Amino acid sequence: MSASNQSYDPVEVSILKPDEVDRMRAQALQAIAAAANLEELKRARLDHMADRSPLALANREIGALPPAARADAGKRVGAARKAVAQALQDRQAELEEERDRNALAQEAVDVTLPWDRAPRGARHPVTTMQERMTDVFVSMGFEVAEGPEVDAEWFNFDALNIPLDHPARSMQDTFWIAGQDGPDGSNQSGQSGQSGQSGQSGQSGMVLRTHTSPVQIRALLSRPLPVYVVSAGRTFRSDEFDATHSPVFHQMEGLAVDEGITMADLRGAIEAFVRGMFGEGLRTRFRPSYFPFTEPSAEVDMECFACRGASTDTGGRSCRTCDSAGWIELGGCGMVNPRVLVACGIDPDRYSGWAFGLGVERTLMFRHGVADMHDMVEGDVRFTLPFGMEI
Amino acid sequence: MRVPLSWLREHVELPADVTGRDLAARLIAAGLEVETVESAGHDLTGPLVVGRVLEIEELTGFKKPIRYCRVDVGNAEPQQIICGARNFAEGDRVVVALPGSELPGGFKIGARKTYGRMSEGMICSVAELGIGDDHSGILVLPGEPEIGADAIELLGARDDVLDIAVTPDRGYALSIRGVAREAAIAYGVPFHDPAEVKPPEETETSHPASIADPTACDRFVLREIRGFDPSAQTPMWMRVRLHRAGMRPVSLAVDVTNYLMLELGQPLHAFDRAKLTGEIVVRRARAGEKLETLDHVTRTLDPEDILITDASGPISMAGAMGGLATEIDEESTDIVIEAAHFDPVGIARTVRRHRLHSEASYRFERGVDRELPLRAAYRAAQLLVELGGAEFVPGVTHAEAPAEQTVITIPADHPDRVAGVRYGRDTVVRRLTDIGCTVAGDDELTVTPPSWRPDLVDPNDLAEEVIRLEGYENIPARPPRPVAGQGLTADQRRRRRVGRALAAAGYVEALTFPFTSGKDLDDLQLPADDGRRRTLRVANPMSEDEPLLRTTLLPGLLKALARNAGRGCGDVGLFEMGLVFRPRPDAPAQAPRLAVDRGPAPEEIASVNAALPDQPLRVAVVLAGEREPAGWWGQGRPASWADAIEAARTVARETGAELTVAADRHAPWHPGRCAALYVGDTLVGHAGELHPRVIAAYGLPPRTSAMELELSRLAPPAPVRAPHVSTYPPATQDVAVVVDAARPAAEVEAALREGAGELLESIRLFDVYTGEQIGEGRKSLAFTLRFRAPDRTLTAEEAGAARDAAVAAAAERTGAVLRSG
Repeated sequence: MSASNQSYDPVEVSILKPDEVDRMRAQALQAIAAAANLEELKRARLDHMADRSPLALANREIGALPPAARADAGKRVGAARKAVAQALQDRQAELEEERDRNALAQEAVDVTLPWDRAPRGARHPVTTMQERMTDVFVSMGFEVAEGPEVDAEWFNFDALNIPLDHPARSMQDTFWIAGQDGPDGSNQSGQSGQSGQSGQSGQSGMVLRTHTSPVQIRALLSRPLPVYVVSAGRTFRSDEFDATHSPVFHQMEGLAVDEGITMADLRGAIEAFVRGMFGEGLRTRFRPSYFPFTEPSAEVDMECFACRGASTDTGGRSCRTCDSAGWIELGGCGMVNPRVLVACGIDPDRYSGWAFGLGVERTLMFRHGVADMHDMVEGDVRFTLPFGMEI
Repeated sequence: MRVPLSWLREHVELPADVTGRDLAARLIAAGLEVETVESAGHDLTGPLVVGRVLEIEELTGFKKPIRYCRVDVGNAEPQQIICGARNFAEGDRVVVALPGSELPGGFKIGARKTYGRMSEGMICSVAELGIGDDHSGILVLPGEPEIGADAIELLGARDDVLDIAVTPDRGYALSIRGVAREAAIAYGVPFHDPAEVKPPEETETSHPASIADPTACDRFVLREIRGFDPSAQTPMWMRVRLHRAGMRPVSLAVDVTNYLMLELGQPLHAFDRAKLTGEIVVRRARAGEKLETLDHVTRTLDPEDILITDASGPISMAGAMGGLATEIDEESTDIVIEAAHFDPVGIARTVRRHRLHSEASYRFERGVDRELPLRAAYRAAQLLVELGGAEFVPGVTHAEAPAEQTVITIPADHPDRVAGVRYGRDTVVRRLTDIGCTVAGDDELTVTPPSWRPDLVDPNDLAEEVIRLEGYENIPARPPRPVAGQGLTADQRRRRRVGRALAAAGYVEALTFPFTSGKDLDDLQLPADDGRRRTLRVANPMSEDEPLLRTTLLPGLLKALARNAGRGCGDVGLFEMGLVFRPRPDAPAQAPRLAVDRGPAPEEIASVNAALPDQPLRVAVVLAGEREPAGWWGQGRPASWADAIEAARTVARETGAELTVAADRHAPWHPGRCAALYVGDTLVGHAGELHPRVIAAYGLPPRTSAMELELSRLAPPAPVRAPHVSTYPPATQDVAVVVDAARPAAEVEAALREGAGELLESIRLFDVYTGEQIGEGRKSLAFTLRFRAPDRTLTAEEAGAARDAAVAAAAERTGAVLRSG
């Protein structure tokens, strides 16, 4: 920058004439606006903002003006430079965005392409349904009790007040375990549990459990009172295998034994269970029935969660879930027969209890519209996959 | 039990407008499970009248003989009717459906031309009328009903029939009498007991009889009639009722005994007096005795069987089935009627031993009213006299053994305490009286159940009666009070984790039947001494092909896999978690049956459990086809032995266990592609590719792989200890070592890991190479070792030293040589 020259005539510095500054500014702005890409913009920046650009040169000459003129010229040139810088910045941003937009557009893919590389898995609905049911009871403070699938007759029948030769024993078609009279027990012939026997007992004294109730006995024998347990698992009946019956199926059972337990507690627990499983506001009803291990006994129905009874009205739409009965058979229940308590060494004058059981497959059938029992035992992945991890 | 409403109405004063459905709802609420209400004959419309056949003209020239009949139906002119049946004669009374009538099933009757004649209606069979099964001929009405009378009314052709599934405790409901009593209570209307007959006071006895075994029978009654007309016909009303109740009319004598059994619940038996020899004795069978029963089966008797015998030997299986030799037949005129009360357990055993289920035994097993035999025998005699023209023989034989009367004492508020409802003493007494109990006492009630309720034994039995009659719907719901539970056990949570982890890894859970067979064990190529060949057998298996209980989960899963493949889903991975059954070599032959009148001692429980097989929980995986499909991204990846082993690691990880893998030879796996799986020193399972012979035997896709491990052998997971996360940068070093081709990579990795020391953060095998550069019988394993210190940035020297130490350890333990270049 040259030293100030106080005698210099500003008129002589033509580059700082207002018209000239405006022209330079307009030229710069036009070049910036005309820059079609970042490369051209870079050139425009060199031409109009770099050290050797006209505006930079003009700026350098301000010092040559007489002091009175400097402020005015400085203001004018500064404003022009600022406008140009701003235009450059804006255009830079615009062009960068355009460049990015183009680049990303080129990288676009067909997002509808499938990506089914990882195999999909699922848990069996019978498993998840059992967990869901037990969890409702666990949330009430119940613990989950377990027992073997091959169990002793005493646990499966006798202790549950199903004596030998009682018709109740033949209510349940039992798979009997054959006696082990061969050295290795396997592949031996004959000697079925029914020959030479009354048909209500086997030689081995063991059965494939016909219900989860023997677990009640094991729980009552092994746990301190009061007992609040739920058990779920595989059970067996030598039924025909058809669309609605399987010789291998699953039950869930709740049991409460405490002082002062009544049928009102049983109803309350079942209502809580129905709320937990099927939602609010569904009524339940008891019908008197008979189970050897409970007295009194009842069958439990719940209001159909699908139609809420509406399908029974004349003109109501038919309901596939309850066959338009308005009610769904849920399971069986009752007050633990005091004889069962006695067989477990519990004083029936002090303690009472309730028990409630239901079929897992049956629940799946009405809750999820499973039409055929075969689907639940065949292991066809097309059946199981939609059920995912939880139910 | 099938109950015609009309029959019931005879004994209970039901309001006239009560329908079968109404009654069913009330009975269900009271505890009788009415399964169906059958509306019989409600689609039957008249005119249906009694007619008399005046004249029969036989028409010929058709495919079968045809009759053209003139039938008097009470009009001025007889009807002309074509009929194909031949079991009637001129003068017989028949049922005529006149034109305009409609028979069950929507069968409209009109006047029409057939066989060249005008037929003005139809002569009906019982099947056409819906009151019987017989359609072999038309119904010839017994007796002399009025000509032109309404046959619908006469025959009781319209009725509601309730089918009740009677629970085993309610034997009394296996009779019209028992159901009528419940209906009367339900509606609060009078009940008329069909057993309320007063046999005359008699001192003489009938045919001689005695009870030799009082544990078998505590009441035995005989009564006689003589001069019975064997050709006498069962009246229509009785035939229709038998039919409605599900029994087939046979002959008057048999029908009367069946009718009374249905009405009263007392099974009866009729002997031909002429075929009896000497005194009748009720006793148990003797070894070697035989009896040919009515079904023409000669049965070898068991010393426990309860028999009716005479001087000739056994003549009847008590309570189950009569003997052929003393059966009444079409010539029997003198009949001895037996009505007895047998021991339910004794009958139950006989029935099962001989598979002799009958209507009679069904009732005896469930408890028959001990006060019925005298009355039922008397009513039988009356009916045979009235309907069969027999002569009543005064005198009755009544043998009995003392029976204990049940008396139950309960606090008057016992039902209240069971139900959680305040009924009050008066309600309790009223309800117990309703069902026939005698009740005495105030706060403490002494209750004597009626003779027809042998099921009432315990205080809770009485509570149930009160509660059900007061209505189960009136029991309130008391919200559950939360109890202090511990939630799921560690083991229970682990099972869920394992299931979720396998599903997340792409396996679909299957729940297969636990039944298996010797063929399965052979197909798995198990050696003769393999522990999995020691199985439990089901005595009465679902299928004789699969009588054994599984000792491995694989057969069920492999069949499910083959099924999926057969249905077009060959790229599939399945898993199952379930019990297997392993008999204990030292188990007692029989699980003892303990007492039930007290709690068992711990050693008694142990003695029962000792007989049970081990039932460990296993988890298994099978997979085949493409584990990853080919797609637009490129190549797929076939399922392999490595997936199976990785599935095992997935399971182990969920239990917090580190799995050690070692090569093994174990059926059913491919001997060169089988891994034994260890946790520490414990063998927990196997995994790998299946043996080609197994794959062939089960028809599986090639290279099917499987894993099975015993979850019960894995300890439940311990809580995870949080790792220290270093924020210093890692130093990564790759090494390639050459080892003998047979040297397991896992051993090399373990040696490297150990040699690398504490600075090693992770080690990963990233390449396996074999080829000329390496040399015959050798392989190169390339690992990435990542080092990091918790407290500083490692120097290149430190990382290099650790790597060298790792390689040195590998060299020493596995003969590994650092690969040059």
